[in-house]
Amino acid sequence: MPDTQALVNDFLNKLKKRKIEGSQATAKQTAELLRSVISQTRMPYTNQAAALIHSVKAVGERLIAANPVELAVGNVVRRVLHIVREEDLSLTTAAMAGLNLSAESDDEDDTDRDNHPALSAAAIAAASRSTLRPPSLQTLLEDVPDSAAVPHTSSSGGDSEGKSKSADKSSRSRKLKHDVIEAVNELIQDISTCHELIAEQAVEHIHQNEVILTLGSSRTVLEFLCAAKEKKRSFRVFVAEGAPRYQGHLLAKELVTRGLQTTLITDSAVFAMISRVNMVIVGAHAVMANGGVIAPVGLNMVALAAQKHAVPFVVLAGSHKLCPLYPHHPEVLLNELRSPSELLDFGEFSDCLDFGSGIGAPLLHVVNPTFDYVPPKLVSLFITDTGGHNPSYMYRLIADYYSADDLVLERRTTSGN
Amino acid sequence: MGAQKKGATARVSEDPEELARHPLQAILLADSFTTKFRPITLERPKVLLPLVNIPMINYTLAWLESAGVEEVFVFCCAHSKQVIDYLESSEWSSQPNFSVTTIESHNSISAGDALRLIYERNVIHGDFVLISGDTVSNMSLTQALQEHKDRRKKDANAIMTMVVKQSKPSPITQQSRLGTDELFMAINPVTKQLLYYEDKAEYSKGFISLDKTLIADNPSVILHNDKQDCYIDICSQEVLSLFTDNFDYQHLRRHFVKGLLVDDIMGYKIFTHEIHSSYAARIDNFRSYDTISKDIIQRWTYPFVPDVLCGSSAIKVERQGTYRASERCTIGSNVTIEGSYIWNNVTIEDGCQLRNAIVCDGVILKSGAVLQPGVILSFKVVVGQQFVVPAYSKVSLLQQPTQQDSDEELEYADSTSGTGELRSDKLNGDIAPDLSETASELGTGGVGYIWTVFEGAYDEEWRHSVAPIPTDKLVKLMLDKDEDEELLTQDGNVISASRELKTDSDGNGSEDDDNEDSRDDYVSFEKEVEATFLRAVHENVKVDLAVLEVNALRLSYNMASVDCGGAIFYSMMKLAVESPHNSASELHRNAADIVTTWQKLLKSFLHDIDEEIEVILKFEEMCLESAKEFAALFPQILHLLYDKEILQEDAILRWADEKEGADESDKVFLKRSEKFIQWLREAEEEEDDEDE
Repeated sequence: MPDTQALVNDFLNKLKKRKIEGSQATAKQTAELLRSVISQTRMPYTNQAAALIHSVKAVGERLIAANPVELAVGNVVRRVLHIVREEDLSLTTAAMAGLNLSAESDDEDDTDRDNHPALSAAAIAAASRSTLRPPSLQTLLEDVPDSAAVPHTSSSGGDSEGKSKSADKSSRSRKLKHDVIEAVNELIQDISTCHELIAEQAVEHIHQNEVILTLGSSRTVLEFLCAAKEKKRSFRVFVAEGAPRYQGHLLAKELVTRGLQTTLITDSAVFAMISRVNMVIVGAHAVMANGGVIAPVGLNMVALAAQKHAVPFVVLAGSHKLCPLYPHHPEVLLNELRSPSELLDFGEFSDCLDFGSGIGAPLLHVVNPTFDYVPPKLVSLFITDTGGHNPSYMYRLIADYYSADDLVLERRTTSGN
Repeated sequence: MGAQKKGATARVSEDPEELARHPLQAILLADSFTTKFRPITLERPKVLLPLVNIPMINYTLAWLESAGVEEVFVFCCAHSKQVIDYLESSEWSSQPNFSVTTIESHNSISAGDALRLIYERNVIHGDFVLISGDTVSNMSLTQALQEHKDRRKKDANAIMTMVVKQSKPSPITQQSRLGTDELFMAINPVTKQLLYYEDKAEYSKGFISLDKTLIADNPSVILHNDKQDCYIDICSQEVLSLFTDNFDYQHLRRHFVKGLLVDDIMGYKIFTHEIHSSYAARIDNFRSYDTISKDIIQRWTYPFVPDVLCGSSAIKVERQGTYRASERCTIGSNVTIEGSYIWNNVTIEDGCQLRNAIVCDGVILKSGAVLQPGVILSFKVVVGQQFVVPAYSKVSLLQQPTQQDSDEELEYADSTSGTGELRSDKLNGDIAPDLSETASELGTGGVGYIWTVFEGAYDEEWRHSVAPIPTDKLVKLMLDKDEDEELLTQDGNVISASRELKTDSDGNGSEDDDNEDSRDDYVSFEKEVEATFLRAVHENVKVDLAVLEVNALRLSYNMASVDCGGAIFYSMMKLAVESPHNSASELHRNAADIVTTWQKLLKSFLHDIDEEIEVILKFEEMCLESAKEFAALFPQILHLLYDKEILQEDAILRWADEKEGADESDKVFLKRSEKFIQWLREAEEEEDDEDE
């Protein structure tokens, strides 16, 4: 327990001080942290899923509060919660099935359960995630409250029935924890391989002699372009520098070292160049449930330019960037306002910021927002690790990854605590 | 809790390893050793005052933590209990890899004392960051530290790296945007060595003087006036021992930095590190409180901005108004608030007007009260109905401490350090009796004392206040400046003539300056000696002790023993004049008494003839200027001194010889004592005769 506590604090600190850059790294670390939280959680005899959910929520809430702007944290927390609920659901349904089948004899029951859940839990969990069940949102909405209630009834019944139950309870609890950890490992695997999965699709989208425009720097975009290059596609890349952090410079450098024909332009030249561009490919900070994109500042302008010239605007996003919230959600409205020193030199302008003279308030304000919002109608295609999707399809993907109960988890838990 | 304890023990067990690899340490002075934030600091330490809703010390600690410092020693002096309590209850006490240790002292009155105490504790084992608890920064220490270490390897004398930042001072007011005086620094552009540091330049002079060896020793020197001292220093261990060796170092800059810069024996060097994109500034006065608050709101200090530092309390960045109302404040209707800082639990009733004021916790403004610009209302003050608090006044429940001796004061009044809180609590209970007493000062129903601004300071008040500088002041300063410039352009000599410099023959500015400086020094030295002497007289101090004390003064003012003799004699004569007397003969008797009692003291500083001549010259000067009553008695006193063997006849004769060639006006006293000298000469001849 102290170990996780220290880990949590350490991670909280890093989040608070904005020391982790990039949503992939954040997502991965969050998932790893939650995995250790789960493995350290002591399982009670009854209602184990609720205990797990509680401990994950308790940590998750703090993580989200530490850096509300980094939506990937919340996404991963919700995904883990969803995993817990799902594993629990599959276990209980399996157990119920087992109980129903062999209600007469306890001895048989034991042997039965040892084989049975091992099969079913994995199978059901995998099935629930891989097959896109058409009414998925609805089934989740209906099932989840039940699942929380089911262990209660079964356990109370079990206690009255006899002591033999407790033995298989503990085996089941170990089972649940084990399955959840397995699933979280899978999630971590997903997050770390999302670049490759997305990049694999590159050849389908980038064609010979095309001109691709991108803004700023995104690792996903870099891998995507390089994958196309490796498949012997020859194309050119326009990189808008991405003021004020100028990460486009780094991207251009990287692309050139990989042998790609690169042209660096200023952000303001995007509109002038867009007519020569075949496709815009950019990364995202987060993808909202309505298909809108939270992206590095300047991208809305690029998207508008692309729309004007009917150039496809493609957004690359790993599944950890899918956020179950809508852009009108107050948390999403948060923008990270970074230091004005990225825009101008304090020393040179210090005389403009002298509050001692004049009206006592600064005449010069410098605002340096980090993110832009690109509405869904400007996005042509999302490429995630599961393939290409329309903006209007995002809510369906989200319904598969998240449980409806967890959408508003912070607010409810804070008011509850 | 269990987790915390475990963490603590783990840290302890790691300690030996950490010592081996020298974790980065920092000394945080949680006391500014000044009185600029009075009266607020009488009740709460400066580091705990809210800066954009978060206690200042949090900014400093958060920065230290993120800059990779692992161990912080917080030095608390004034209100140490409040600081320690705060730190213990805050998140800082339970951070992994970041330990905050408090060091408490009740009798330190300066940064120098603090560092000496820390040296005694022997807790610093390597390079450390020296910072005060009111500094806000977001700079990265890595580069500065690396530079410091590299320099240390090459040159063991490079003991300190000072962080500076470009910030242009206002050309009109000659102060920086932080309200501090314009700072002049000479820096070697190649090595970044600091060569000259002057934060108290006298603008009336219109120039500053540099030692010419500075230019001789360095191939290039850049003199900056647009650098701001961030008061973040990376120091080597030697700094602490230097403070211990030089027990008279008090102030970090005025004594320590300047002391090192002029001291060429030890050869210690100070270097600078300039930061460009990051932010660093220290809250020194109310003006910088205002400026830095606004910088934080504008997010120059990112990521150390309120919405990041305390994620839970839901401070969101929205379009900023000119004011920000804190928690649990009640504000009535028709209230005008402009550019003011309003802390917690403030009640502002209908129709109040506030302009550029700081209103502390628990203040009540009754309806219609008006605060003019620059007003400071300390904790729990009540301003009566329709009362107008005049501009720049400071109001507190505590009475102004009566003795305001020097600028080297503490944040608290003498012994109230521990009991500060108690006193305010007591005042709470006693508000009713207080009310009647002070009703007049703050209108009907008002509670609190308006502090009087002591003379001279009022003119300067606008410089350091939260309120913007009034336009009329700016206009006036601008006009003054124009005039100065006209003078300068008209005739270079006008200025020097108007300031009564001795000569403008050689026109060497620095030399004149030196003379003037030493003269100033001498005057203050003379005053000190006089005070010492008077004390010796009134308290019957033994002669030996008095000699010792005067000697100590001589050393600290860097004077020759010649000056001591003159100064002591001057004090003796002054005492004689000042003691009651009716006639010349009585005065003579007075003088004789004093000289007899204290001849030993005087004698011990008169080792050779030159010094004795100095005494005669001094006496002459006195007779002409300060104590004309002695003019008539000149020969008698001279005789007296001769009798008491304070002056040898050689000295008197030499003086006489020297004076022979002087102007008529200078010879007045020579003539008066002609007889005596004549007698001396004859006596000498007789002696010579006898010898033969």
